[in-house]
Amino acid sequence: MSADAAALPGVLRLGLVGSPNSGKTTLFNALTGLRARVGNYPGVTVERREGTCRLGGRNVVMVDLPGAYSLDPVSPDEEVIGRVLDGELGAAPDALVMVADACSLERSLLVLGQLLARGAPACLVVTMLDELHARGGRLDLERLERALGVPVLGVVGHRGIGLGALRETLARPESWSRPPVPPPTPALERAAWADSVAHTVLSERPGVHRLTEFADRIVLHPLAGSLLFIAVMVAFFQLIFAWAQPAMNAIDAGVGLAAGGVRSVVPAGLFADFLADGLIAGVGAVVIFLPQIVLLFSLLYLLEDLGYMARAAFLVDRVMSRAGLDGRSFVSLLSSYACAVPGIMAARSIPSPRNRLVTILVAPLMTCSARLPVYALLIGAFVPAATVWGPIGLQGLVLLGLYLLGALSALCAAAVLKRTLLRGDTLPFYMELPSYRVPPLRLVAGQVWGSTAAFLRRAGTIILLVSVVLWVLLTFPRVAPPAGVEGADARRFALEHSLAGRAGHALEPVIAPLGFDWKIGVGLLASLAAREVIVSTLAQIYAATDEETSLRSAVRADVGPDGKRVFTPATVASLLVFFVFALQCVSTLAVMRQETGSWRWPAFAFGSLLALAWTASFVTYHLVSALT
Amino acid sequence: MTSRIDGDDTESLADLPPGATGEVESVDETGPLGRRLLDLGFTPRTPVRVVRRAPLGDPVVYELRGTRLCLRRSEAHRVRVRRS
Repeated sequence: MSADAAALPGVLRLGLVGSPNSGKTTLFNALTGLRARVGNYPGVTVERREGTCRLGGRNVVMVDLPGAYSLDPVSPDEEVIGRVLDGELGAAPDALVMVADACSLERSLLVLGQLLARGAPACLVVTMLDELHARGGRLDLERLERALGVPVLGVVGHRGIGLGALRETLARPESWSRPPVPPPTPALERAAWADSVAHTVLSERPGVHRLTEFADRIVLHPLAGSLLFIAVMVAFFQLIFAWAQPAMNAIDAGVGLAAGGVRSVVPAGLFADFLADGLIAGVGAVVIFLPQIVLLFSLLYLLEDLGYMARAAFLVDRVMSRAGLDGRSFVSLLSSYACAVPGIMAARSIPSPRNRLVTILVAPLMTCSARLPVYALLIGAFVPAATVWGPIGLQGLVLLGLYLLGALSALCAAAVLKRTLLRGDTLPFYMELPSYRVPPLRLVAGQVWGSTAAFLRRAGTIILLVSVVLWVLLTFPRVAPPAGVEGADARRFALEHSLAGRAGHALEPVIAPLGFDWKIGVGLLASLAAREVIVSTLAQIYAATDEETSLRSAVRADVGPDGKRVFTPATVASLLVFFVFALQCVSTLAVMRQETGSWRWPAFAFGSLLALAWTASFVTYHLVSALT
Repeated sequence: MTSRIDGDDTESLADLPPGATGEVESVDETGPLGRRLLDLGFTPRTPVRVVRRAPLGDPVVYELRGTRLCLRRSEAHRVRVRRS
């Protein structure tokens, strides 16, 4: 993959072009074996991706171009295509592969017409033939080939039908036929050309997609659809919280066993402490939340690939338009529930540059999965596991409340930005509602694995690195306790006099008004690397203070020097609110910079969200203190 | 392109009620929006059906050329249709 392969001589570069939902990404995956993200939502393919494969004995680089309804660009996505074809972004593709959904052939022919007018060798791959036949459509591929003058191949990408013949054709673009006369250029004439070609080759037009028609009667219904939408969102959070529990308990036990095992093998001392309290405790505190993250991504991808996400965007478009955004921002913001990094990148499919920037700036307010460990720790330790109604528990409701607070403040922030800094007109709104498709589970599983692996890579690099650095900061310098101080008190003394302890103490004047002590201060400092790091940091602080108890009971039982509990209801509420607002994530800042082209906007977002978080926590702390 | 001056038999797509069908007459806009509407398939003589309005009244789902698209009122307003 990547530019190195591209620069090699003798490597064939093929550009994949197609409208959103044409099955382009599925085909890309089938040819390259890469588990790239495949979505059923228009505009999900927002980044340019390359994959290498061997076709007919040749090394081929497949360039997956963003989905487009036209080469006449309206969105930044579509602009990218023109620049790639012109060779402005790396070497230009040697030949182009147009992917067309058989059920909306004319629309793809419009884009193909534009491609052919550019003169590059091109071929047409027709997908979704199974759906076309199921809908009673009949398409004559040979006649289409004669009408267009370029090679035409039919495939069913996710079942691998037709891929053999396709591979052979793709390996030899030199032999591809060219149209004797390119299609007309003026838009209306090109549309008439596409219509006449489609008319010639479709002996039977596809009927309505019965499942889509039937399902949309419910899903788009004002009452039933809205209720379904709310039910889906509530179920989303309840499942993530309740279903993950048994697996989390198992991992919790496993990490405890591993730490105990290491201590029984490695002689007691600095190295054993490092392994058990640094490495295993740090990684374990993150790995424990994998069940929740896997569930979250599974549901997100399943809903997206089913075709529900576009419907959800349709239902909430009006709400988003109140905030000056559109339904497409909803998907970017919803993706930010998993992680602001893909969410911010998904904002590329928003055509209006202003809406795009606003979406990028408010995306970090959406409750990402990295906040989940923090919320889970605090809710699990301090909110009683009481049942409110049926299967709905109090803990789940508090979590839902935090998610809603994040979403609501994102919308408010967007509305404020659109009325102040980023005032301006909006581009036209249009969105395709793809046919409902049951995605192959293998595909969903691949996407979930890709995202989970990405999370693990982050856990394995940033978090582990921060964990080890923190263990060092928490351990050194090793100040000997005064005489008479022993056991847990001696460990606490050592910790307080370590580098991290001193930094936490130095922070106290700033965070004391929020109800935070120096230990939370250390956690907040560490969480700048990534939010979930506060959990492994606290795990380390408390493992260092009191080795035998689990983190949950340790934070619950923690008592300050004045003999009062450290985590009062007011402190817990204040800390939760701080995490709702603060932008403590280096990865998010980095991707913001990448997408906006400078440090200006990430710095603006970081500063304003930190100020917002401090103020909101201050108010929350004093409000809850007064009430309890 | 403009709507026919004497054509009182065409109306705006935005004015069609859910369930109504019609044929595209023209797109009243030559800027990026107009070009994009053509790219999406709103070309003359294309049959179009109004599927449903969103719960809050906007946007509206249309069915044309075998696919479902939603447009806001402000965009659908630019498409002239002949009701059938």
